[in-house]
Amino acid sequence: MASSSTRGAAIDLKSVSKHYGSFIALDKVSLRIEPGEFMTLLGPSGSGKTTTLNVIAGFTEVSSGSLDVGGKSVIGVPAHKRNIGVVFQHYALFPHMTVSRNVAYPLTLRGIANPDRESRVRKALDMVKMADFGHRFPSELSGGQQQRVALARAIVFDPPLLLMDEPLGALDKKLREWLQLEIKRIHRELGTTFVYVTHDQEEALVLSDRIAVFNQGRIEQIGTGRQLYDEPETLFVGKFVGDSTILRGAASTSGNETAIDVAGRKVAAAKRLSDGAKPVMLLRPEKLSLARRGKGGQDRNTLPGRIGEAIYLGSGSKYEVVLADSSKAIVRSTLDAETFAIGDEVDLIFAGSDVKLLADDENADFTLT
Amino acid sequence: MKQPGRILLGLYCLLVAVWLVAPTIVVVPMSFNDKKSLAFAPSGFSWQWYQNFFTSPEWSASLVGSLKVAVVTAVFATVIGTLAAFGLDRMKSRVSGVLRALLITPMVVPGVVLAVGIYAVYLDTRLVGTMTGFVLAHTMLAVPFVIIAVSASLEVFDKRLETAAASLGATRLTAFRTVTLPLIAPGILSGLLFAFVTSFDEIIVALFITSPYLKTLPVQIFSSITRDADPTVAAVGTLLFITTSLVIGAGLVIGSRQGKR
Repeated sequence: MASSSTRGAAIDLKSVSKHYGSFIALDKVSLRIEPGEFMTLLGPSGSGKTTTLNVIAGFTEVSSGSLDVGGKSVIGVPAHKRNIGVVFQHYALFPHMTVSRNVAYPLTLRGIANPDRESRVRKALDMVKMADFGHRFPSELSGGQQQRVALARAIVFDPPLLLMDEPLGALDKKLREWLQLEIKRIHRELGTTFVYVTHDQEEALVLSDRIAVFNQGRIEQIGTGRQLYDEPETLFVGKFVGDSTILRGAASTSGNETAIDVAGRKVAAAKRLSDGAKPVMLLRPEKLSLARRGKGGQDRNTLPGRIGEAIYLGSGSKYEVVLADSSKAIVRSTLDAETFAIGDEVDLIFAGSDVKLLADDENADFTLT
Repeated sequence: MKQPGRILLGLYCLLVAVWLVAPTIVVVPMSFNDKKSLAFAPSGFSWQWYQNFFTSPEWSASLVGSLKVAVVTAVFATVIGTLAAFGLDRMKSRVSGVLRALLITPMVVPGVVLAVGIYAVYLDTRLVGTMTGFVLAHTMLAVPFVIIAVSASLEVFDKRLETAAASLGATRLTAFRTVTLPLIAPGILSGLLFAFVTSFDEIIVALFITSPYLKTLPVQIFSSITRDADPTVAAVGTLLFITTSLVIGAGLVIGSRQGKR
């Protein structure tokens, strides 16, 4: 299906902005996507990720900046000439055509006649495991089946680039998880560049080679899932990707160490911020441990708290600990660890080397819809 | 056992239904009268008025005239109305509401007012009694019906399908032809039928702009009934009633089917 010449295209956005009146949807976004890469644009609603996708697809014209696909500028090229596959959240199958005719549509437009057309339609439907449904109408299919047909229609003409706009957003969790693996497999088999938009950070971690985290029309950080989780560069990324505990307080620095005052207790981190920004501390749930009040962790940072919520996850437990300044910490513990009940008085224990020191940012809050 | 309330409601509905349909139904037996009288009820049975309708040159000429005007009107009104509905649908500004209201006015303005206006203009431009004159006037009256029918189906049409078509390589025109048009076709078709019936039924404007050379069927009916009590009118009425019921019925069936898929 994919000959080497149609393998993935590189995408290069340089300082792309999009304004709607005074509203800035995209603010000087630069992003380079390698050929064959699976890149996810992750962010809350209104962060600019879908606008970026629409710009690449040609549905939205940029206000300024440059955009190259496959080494050529596509600024001013209309969507129908870009040869880019797009999968939409709402499937967008043509209701008056059968599954086969839907998938054949882009081939017909390209003047590809039978029997070549028929065999390519069959191949594409095979790839998404919908080969037996060619004669059905979209209204006769479930949401997951419709989305697989839409995927077949978007890849049947061998586009060097496939864009997906929250394609699994309308499906339930189990189906979503299964289709994530299917999409991963198809990406591997095609070698096409995939650009995937989602607000679901777990989905982004499962699928992507790299993730670009969007917030308020700008990219906060680009990196692998591990980089984003282990080394968030901004508070927003730290909060958006994975669970996190944020500690705030008056800060003081001495030498190569920063300490902040959380509800009367000094917490030390073996780092310092280079600039004069107000530091906050971010901790991942696995880096935290719990002990009954006063029962351990003397050599490390400890903070007193009370168990606010205890959730049994099967593979372990998750606790929400309310600290003295009424901020909340999230702790994940393994099955063999000591268990606690709601209301228990505990100490939160962590090493100074596991603390991420980040600049405070009042724009780091987000809402998911 | 049924409650008396339900029986009463049923009776009431029956009464209203009879009241609505009765005048039309009365015409049917009258058309089979054996005497040259429009009396109800008829005294005997005969087919002679139907025979008269199909054999008299006066009547058949007016039928042909009416059909010609209605067919041409329907085609023009459908093209113009569909384009207008499409334009209104794609207009982003608030002007579209005003424009829509403006385009619907021929439906709201009293027929006589329009007829007088049209007559005055036609006298000067020698359009009275011409095919062009009839088609122009009737198209104006029929366009609103097409706009309403096509707008209704554009309302439920998912415009995002056009975006999807573009991403698959379709130009705007191709997307319109292969995606939009087939999906709004039921609306266009029912608009076409309503336009046809609007022209075929129209009497007020037709009375003003008619001439001995071009008469439509409603005009012929009207002049026949004011001249003498000819039951041929009842025969024509019965035929028209059956035909329009079938056409409008088909229009409604097509219109209701589009919402289902």
